[in-house]
Amino acid sequence: MNAPLTAVPIAAKDFKSDYKPVWCPGCGDYSVLSSITKALATLGLRPENVAVVSGIGCSSRIPAYTTCYGFHGVHGRALPAATGLKVARPDLTVLVASGDGDGYSIGGNHFLHACRRNVDLTYIVMDNHVYGMTKGQPSPTTEPGWSSKLAPGGTGLREFHPLVIALASGANFIARAFSGDPNGTAALIAEAVRHPGFSFIEVLSPCVTFRPEQRGWKEVVHPAPVAPTDDPGRAARRIMTDDGFNIGVLYKGNRAPFRLAAAGATHASVDLESGFRL
Amino acid sequence: MPSTRKARAPAAEAYADFMARAYTMELEATERYAQFAEQLDTHNNRDVAQLFRKLAEVEALHAKRILAEMRWPSVSALVPAYAWDGAEGPETAPFDSLHYLMQPYHALKIALRCELKAVQYFEAIAAGTGPQRVRAAAAEMAAEEREHVKLIRDWMKRVPTPVAGWDYDPDPPGIGE
Amino acid sequence: MEEALSASLASVSIALAGSGGAGVMTAGNILLEAAASAGYYGLMTRTSGPQIRGGEAAAMLRVSTFATDGQDDCFQVLAAIDWQNVGRFAAEIPLGPSSLIVGDPAQGEPPEAFARSGARFAPVPLKALAGQVSGAWPNTVALGVLAGLIGLSGEALEAAMRKSMKKGLEAGIAAARLGVAQAKALAGFALENPPPNTSRWLITGNEAAGYGALRGGVRFVAAYPITPATELLEWLSPALAKVGGTLVQAEDELASINMILGASYGGVPSLTATSGPGLSLMIEALGLGVAAEIPVVVVDVMRTGPSTGIATKTEQADLNIALYGMHGDAPHVVVAPNSLADCLAATEWAVGLAESLQVPVIVLSDQYFGQARAVVDAPKKNGSAVTRLVARNDGAAYKRYCLTASGISPMAIPGTPGLAYTADGLEHNERGTPSSQASDHLANSEKRARKLAQLDPGEAWASVEGDGETAVLTFGSCTGPAREALARNGAGTRLVSLRLLSPAQPARLKRALEGVKRVLVVEQNHSGQFLRYLRSEYELPGEVKSLRRPGPLPFRPQEIHRALVNWS
Repeated sequence: MNAPLTAVPIAAKDFKSDYKPVWCPGCGDYSVLSSITKALATLGLRPENVAVVSGIGCSSRIPAYTTCYGFHGVHGRALPAATGLKVARPDLTVLVASGDGDGYSIGGNHFLHACRRNVDLTYIVMDNHVYGMTKGQPSPTTEPGWSSKLAPGGTGLREFHPLVIALASGANFIARAFSGDPNGTAALIAEAVRHPGFSFIEVLSPCVTFRPEQRGWKEVVHPAPVAPTDDPGRAARRIMTDDGFNIGVLYKGNRAPFRLAAAGATHASVDLESGFRL
Repeated sequence: MPSTRKARAPAAEAYADFMARAYTMELEATERYAQFAEQLDTHNNRDVAQLFRKLAEVEALHAKRILAEMRWPSVSALVPAYAWDGAEGPETAPFDSLHYLMQPYHALKIALRCELKAVQYFEAIAAGTGPQRVRAAAAEMAAEEREHVKLIRDWMKRVPTPVAGWDYDPDPPGIGE
Repeated sequence: MEEALSASLASVSIALAGSGGAGVMTAGNILLEAAASAGYYGLMTRTSGPQIRGGEAAAMLRVSTFATDGQDDCFQVLAAIDWQNVGRFAAEIPLGPSSLIVGDPAQGEPPEAFARSGARFAPVPLKALAGQVSGAWPNTVALGVLAGLIGLSGEALEAAMRKSMKKGLEAGIAAARLGVAQAKALAGFALENPPPNTSRWLITGNEAAGYGALRGGVRFVAAYPITPATELLEWLSPALAKVGGTLVQAEDELASINMILGASYGGVPSLTATSGPGLSLMIEALGLGVAAEIPVVVVDVMRTGPSTGIATKTEQADLNIALYGMHGDAPHVVVAPNSLADCLAATEWAVGLAESLQVPVIVLSDQYFGQARAVVDAPKKNGSAVTRLVARNDGAAYKRYCLTASGISPMAIPGTPGLAYTADGLEHNERGTPSSQASDHLANSEKRARKLAQLDPGEAWASVEGDGETAVLTFGSCTGPAREALARNGAGTRLVSLRLLSPAQPARLKRALEGVKRVLVVEQNHSGQFLRYLRSEYELPGEVKSLRRPGPLPFRPQEIHRALVNWS
């Protein structure tokens, strides 16, 4: 976990820490972890200049599995923590990791505002259409008919469409990836990090324990049939007819990333006293 | 390698490229089997973890031999992601192949599938239209992979065949946070 | 209490009331500035109806020859431009038989709620007088009347008007002069001469807290508006930018608290401000700060609760949540400024405590301090800001949560090679790896408690004044009225006003109460939160009485004085 000070180029394995993940064998998150390490190596970053911020859930365990600086926060609040970190430390590359429950349910409001605020972050949501860590409850992306203890017969609720929400809220880069293609996912992550502003990647990442049928996803995912667009209207039409298994970059926008006017200190704090002095 | 590319004849370049791909294939397979061994160790499936470690060693040897033959220095990280036809290299077992209660037979089945795909990959090149040197090397590799296939098939005969209910776990899943 | 009308006073309290558009706040502020420029101390608080605009409002001022931020027992003067719904403020503007009510006869008699006090009514035709000057408003006439009543010089009044009035200055000055002339005919409440000139500021508690944060080193603030904390954040926004910091508006308090945790994790001292409802939302993340040992400061400008309560009014009823709100054993620091001016020093201190102890600190200010504007002695300059213990890469394997003797373990700042760690709300071992081991939980529980137990706050822990066998024990905005009550009591009463509420300081309180036989615990909440806390953490000597009531009305010195005077 403690990399010696060295100037040799960093390889993917140097981004992986010694901690053995507790994810179930077969979990898609292993692949996502591999993709993240490959992407960071491709980008030529150094672990000490990358921070991985997460909430609570299986996917949110990921920071400690990397050699980057990590922040394992509370449920649903990864995005504001990452926002504060990136605004205070713009020199860092900040990745945010979440799951469909953490990110779209309790984290839903922060998702809207993170897209809108467009801080330069890369948000990776490992979506397995279930709350895995708490043993199998429906999540916002679970299909309406999926039966569980908490909602026998299914919730009957229409699924949340995260890519649509991201587009409507102002995300500057929207993509979907599949954990079954670690190299493709790595390339998407690298592209997302490179793209300025708020980049959102929804990674379909099967849960082999509570949704074993998701092993079948590899048969239904397919590359997106069209090139990414920077036209929100066109993207909206595509995303509204998306089948949930289109893989690739769907939207690449041109919004300027969040930037505050601060140009460094122009005053010492003691100068502010003149406003009070009699 | 880029600096020497211009100096080589196209055939030599094609051969070096082929060997680099073969090396990458072996290396990725090694890394994947090693990752599997780690995962199963964490989940207290010692037997299969051990088996994956052996498989990793086999692939690692093959990778080492390619390095030695090409007189390449020990390189731990080549540029990742040659574009394979599938999502990953033919010899790389997909991440979702595992089950925490899997038995040695299952692991060998996974390995068998990988070796068969490797055979297919090399045979296709050997029967293709590339330079003769490449086709010859591919044929050699294919033969070697066929050896591996036989090895694994024999190995499979020596391990118990899983019975129905091998994946039955009377305990419910553990609680996380 | 019954002052001879011809004797000059050390303190005069004036209220100016009126309904929408009357401009009572503007006039009140000018009067305060005039008093300040004349060399007096002063204080202004405000009250208003629930309407956004056009509502009834009152500016309540106190002008004095001594520094104070508390209200007096009653108001000497109530002036009203009109009486529409002003009766609702009667409880906040207590009058007595020697008080004077100034009102426009065209607006009718003062409401019974005021008249029943026995105060004299002096009709002054404010509107008609304003009508004599083209472009003048009745509030400037009233302003002149009030200035005349307390004996402020015309120069001071006009200087204040010049400073504040962008439009209608000349008309305003003329109207004010008419008002001053009216005051000559009334028996006034002339102030004693002002005290010798010293360096002073005019500031609100919210501004003071904001500036204290900057002085303490805060350079990142996340803001979600909530009454009565919004002005603190709004003051900070441009101020931070000037000193190279940033303020981000968050979508809710769940976001603001997590943003400052993230920024602080990145190495930047961070703060937010809120009130009770917002603090409730922040509790979970504050626990994260405790567990992961990340410094942050939350200023709670307390308002009347529970739930939405009375947003514009004060109370001291967030002590429970500040002390006990977090689940689990979550030792942290709670600090309470005990004067308006102290909002600066207490917040600055809070930042230093947070950074040095790597822990969340809650500052319990309140609406009374936050939104009152007062003349205060210029705060002393402090040393440089207290910083956190930062880890350096010395080649050894880094243990973020190393079990040190002090409990404080060096914190790695992102960007530093070789020291990467994951900050975690999960219980962890020394390396920071999640752990469910009993030994790790015990060790960290002790570490987090030890950090605070080893804190030596020095004299900053409380204000201890006076001597005697009777002591008033209090905190926050009850301190000013308590101090005045003690002054009336003469010698023989002690005042102990805690500034450090948590961690408790039993040894220090024991020394401070040595020889005390009677303790009066004064607090502004219904259930006695402070009393219960004291009983749980401290041994109180002798007989203990509780003087408490919920907000929004502030304690007045005579209430505390009465509780003391017959007790021996």
